[in-house]
Amino acid sequence: MSSRRSRISEEEIAELLSKLQSLLPEARRRGTSRASSAKLLKETCNYIKSLHREVDDLSDRLSEMMATMDMDSAQAEIIRSLFRP
Amino acid sequence: MESKSSTTGNRDNPNRNLHGSKTMMASHFLRALFRIQQTSTSSSSAGRSRRIRRAAYASMAYSAGTRRAWSRALLRKLRSRARLRFPRRLSRAATPQRRDMDQAQVLRKLVPGGPSMDDCKLLEETADYIRFLTTQVRLMQTVMDSVSS
Repeated sequence: MSSRRSRISEEEIAELLSKLQSLLPEARRRGTSRASSAKLLKETCNYIKSLHREVDDLSDRLSEMMATMDMDSAQAEIIRSLFRP
Repeated sequence: MESKSSTTGNRDNPNRNLHGSKTMMASHFLRALFRIQQTSTSSSSAGRSRRIRRAAYASMAYSAGTRRAWSRALLRKLRSRARLRFPRRLSRAATPQRRDMDQAQVLRKLVPGGPSMDDCKLLEETADYIRFLTTQVRLMQTVMDSVSS
């Protein structure tokens, strides 16, 4: 990453990369040591793509369920589980 | 919904901004879901699915507000009624000079508003975008689990 860097130090970039790394799920962190920022960025891209796919998939499934279920009665249960500690 | 526990101590707690947003996200998304169910009795499952997907990104963007470049970009797309498309298979870039640059470019296509961000901003925005995305996914899973039990 070099083309569009503002006046930020290498250290700050490294810190941001490390923060990013901590957001990846455990399995994707393997092999993404500080030395390989390219690998970390690649894993980040893959992770975001998989999250986009999950949103698509969950939307499909929610849509199917909507046809058959009564959301009014499910409403209380949904809200309960959302705000469970 | 559990929040990922912070490992950065009290310095720049990444969950500080997220907590209030989660409530907004949930209420926005739920209201959208109920509305979709009320108004789409005859439409196809695919049409409903597209509306639900759109509602998911909308509740992410509204709960993040205008303080982030990615959410501003998403809000703009939503308001212009443009189709929300995120590249899945990115075409092979021309031979990159360095592999690092290639991946940053790929990332720019995945994060809303990416193309206009410098490297540093891209990393910050990506981290925030991932936090909101994972929260939205968990929210949708919770709704699924609640109604299928």
